[in-house]
Amino acid sequence: MSEQSSAQAMQFGIMSVSDITRDPTTGITPSEQERIKATTAIAVHTEEVGLDVFAIGEHHNPPFWSSSPTTFLAALAAQTERLIVSTSTTLITTNDPVRIAEEYAMLQHVSDGRMDLMLGRGNTGPVYPWFGQDIRQGLPLAIENYALLHKLWREDVVDWEGKFRTPLQGFTSTPRPLDGIAPFVWHGSIRTPEIAEQAAYYGDGFFANNIFWPKEHYQRLIELYRQRFEHYGHGTREQAIVGLGGQVFMAAKSQDAVNQFRPYFDNAPVYGHGPSMEDFTEMTPLTVGSPQQVIDRYAAMREHYGDYQRQLFLIDHAGLPLKTVLEQLDILGSEVVPVLRKELAKDRPAAVPDAPTHASRVKAEYGDGPTRQARPGANRGDNLTGDSPYQDTPAPAGAAFGLGRKEA
Amino acid sequence: MTTRRIAVVAAGLSNPSSTRMLADRLAAETVKALGEHDIEADIEATVDVIELRDYAHDITNNMLTGFAPPALETAINTVVSADALIAVTPIFSTSYSGLFKSFIDVLDPDALTGKPVLIGANAGTARHSLAIDYAIRPLFAYLHAEAVSTGVFAASSDWGGSGDDVAPLAKRVEKGARELADAIARREVTAVADPYDPATYLGEGRSFGHMLGGLAGE
Repeated sequence: MSEQSSAQAMQFGIMSVSDITRDPTTGITPSEQERIKATTAIAVHTEEVGLDVFAIGEHHNPPFWSSSPTTFLAALAAQTERLIVSTSTTLITTNDPVRIAEEYAMLQHVSDGRMDLMLGRGNTGPVYPWFGQDIRQGLPLAIENYALLHKLWREDVVDWEGKFRTPLQGFTSTPRPLDGIAPFVWHGSIRTPEIAEQAAYYGDGFFANNIFWPKEHYQRLIELYRQRFEHYGHGTREQAIVGLGGQVFMAAKSQDAVNQFRPYFDNAPVYGHGPSMEDFTEMTPLTVGSPQQVIDRYAAMREHYGDYQRQLFLIDHAGLPLKTVLEQLDILGSEVVPVLRKELAKDRPAAVPDAPTHASRVKAEYGDGPTRQARPGANRGDNLTGDSPYQDTPAPAGAAFGLGRKEA
Repeated sequence: MTTRRIAVVAAGLSNPSSTRMLADRLAAETVKALGEHDIEADIEATVDVIELRDYAHDITNNMLTGFAPPALETAINTVVSADALIAVTPIFSTSYSGLFKSFIDVLDPDALTGKPVLIGANAGTARHSLAIDYAIRPLFAYLHAEAVSTGVFAASSDWGGSGDDVAPLAKRVEKGARELADAIARREVTAVADPYDPATYLGEGRSFGHMLGGLAGE
């Protein structure tokens, strides 16, 4: 049984894109090393101010630095005690699902279960050809690769043949998931109903980034996910696991926040030189103002999306300097999140599940009983003869990892 | 009697614009032709006109942010859910105006598939008239829209006595409108599939397991 943060109805945290952007107010562009260290400091401070989650994106081109999320997240896990480290997102299309299975199970072990991951398809066209894939197959890749990933974490010995990757015979992904519990998976999408369907089919979480577009786009996707979650028999629609992004910039006085953030907004790579900040804050969940304005806006999110489990904020991008981001975290931790926790707990139906953690999922699987500890048999160099490469099989009745055990 | 809805997109930049004048003529003549139609008699048509000038900033913002501001979103929905489209643009430097193309670019690539379209264009002189067939028609062919074979070009002189005497503008408008009316009458009333309906993305009665192919044994 691993060390865990205590169960919470809602998790709050930070999601970072890993962009290295020139600060438009000073003209300074940080080096990769400076930004990586700064992001580490931001993540550590996320825990210090009482937030629960830090998620990093995955990119394979400048000006981003986060090409290897698990390496970074493992370092964060080593420097924190309570923080859940996650991704926003891990590319399910262009990564080999075998490597995702291995790397994230490894992260699960080194973080004592303080991790999960969010799968996405990526947003840079050339990333597909760079990794030998075709962007037109983005959705089929997301579907097939996850089917394999899901299997690799749940079955000790996998035979596999699909359309995209080389077949597997008698393959065992190591290490086996911590306590025999696969990492929790969120499926992120901004526009694709098939991904909401996928999340619902597996009973996984669904995350709407809730940053770039008006809320109506995400409302339709989340409603679809909840409806299909129920359809596939994982519980009622209110028991589906929903996460939301968001974007804020705060100062004690609303006008100070507006003045301070405007140059960053106006020059931001994603929306700079487009709509005015006023229009954009009206059309999307971006909130620039006092802590109270942020509280009001985000306390109302559940009216649009239903009660949910995770709220991540984007506060670390567009060239904002480290000092400013740490101040934003201070405000979130001291003035905003404690109030949001209370507000969102009010009238939250008992049937709405708490945010998923490794501990809660271990408990659901084993009760207070012992968890699976995978212990390899004497190494014969293959997985194909005998029952299983692990000594602990047969698994306890009902344990998910028992599914893949080969009967003698 | 049945009803149909025609969307008119006019990309003129001035107000009033001769692009809009041509668009209005094409629309009125199409409505008239539908009312007298002999395939399906007495079709009542309503017309929604969208002047792109009113959405110029929104269209640029859509290209930069990836989403349509509310007013533009309404306009886009008006166009993509219509039974037919009358698209009229001024000819700038051998082709449709940049604003016209930008509007087309923010539509989903398959939004106009199968839609009957009547192309109109205007410019200072009749020397630009083949731009309809060399520049604008290929755009709609690429989008798999069904542009009727007649495109209506209006030069400045067409609005006065010095226009084409043999085939005057009114006659060309009538010909194009009649072809569009025929295309509308031949076609079922447009039903827009809800992209968030599982039947749309999975196929009627299918489950996610079907997308997994053999993987889920379905």
